[in-house]
Amino acid sequence: MSLINKMQITFPSRSVNEGFARVSTASFISQLDPTLEEISDIKTIVSEAVTNSIVHGYADREGEIIISVYIYDNRRVRITVKDRGVGIPDIKKAMEACFTTGSEDRAGMGFTIMQTFSDKLKVRSVQNRGTIVTMEKILCPRP
Amino acid sequence: MIGYSIDEKELTVMIKGDIDHHSSVDIRTQTDELIFKYIPNKLILDFSQVTFCDSSGIAIVLGRYKLMKQYGGTVSLAKVNPQISRIFDLSGVWNIIGRKEVKSK
Ligand SMILES: Nc1ncnc2c1ncn2[C@@H]1O[C@H](COP(=O)(O)OP(=O)(O)O)[C@@H](O)[C@H]1O
Ligand SMILES: [Mg+2]
Repeated sequence: MSLINKMQITFPSRSVNEGFARVSTASFISQLDPTLEEISDIKTIVSEAVTNSIVHGYADREGEIIISVYIYDNRRVRITVKDRGVGIPDIKKAMEACFTTGSEDRAGMGFTIMQTFSDKLKVRSVQNRGTIVTMEKILCPRP
Repeated sequence: MIGYSIDEKELTVMIKGDIDHHSSVDIRTQTDELIFKYIPNKLILDFSQVTFCDSSGIAIVLGRYKLMKQYGGTVSLAKVNPQISRIFDLSGVWNIIGRKEVKSK
């Protein structure tokens, strides 16, 4: 698996940056000429991970969110979303559908969506240190 | 941003733009203001102008369902495109909420 291209963006955990995060990720990946559905999937999983860092990771302070995007050969895309927030005490529990520690405006479906719309999802988290969500998607071959 | 129309006791709210955590506060409060004002029997959330929707959209729909239920009213979704429909498929929203018509690709 060889690396073809990469990018990284860092921004503060303000909700206004959610749109920026998903659009800039999608824009970087556009060099692979993805389908509209693939673009939509990528925007959605990035939106979920970034929202989690903002809402949960940095629940009571502002902090930095770092998105890294790696493009490998065979059209494999790896996206990591990292925060230095409160972390997740029980990852298995957190990933269950409908589980949320958030308020009424959260559905507890973020991880389920990340799982369904990507080909691979990995979550690493240390309490009071932060969380890294790694998602991979293999884009369909293009003629 | 939203737009709306009221016909008898049927309130149609057209959601415009991206639905995410950032926009969901405004969408929710503006929609609820209309519900409190008109106390409709039926709320239709029109998705024809929605450009993006993540799980914040699920919470919006389920929250409005609970609110409408308190008044004995119903909620249905209209013109949900296939991509956004996949989000709702995952959440089991269709078990409790009606679907008006699905826009084809
Ligand atoms: N970056 C994060 N930092 C801390 N906690 C998190 C993070 N991401 C997710 N969580 C925890 O995992 C739960 C489930 O996340 P998710 O499936 O996205 O649902 P929701 O965001 O709607 O609560 C959250 O309620 C929260 O407790
Ligand atoms: Mg979430």
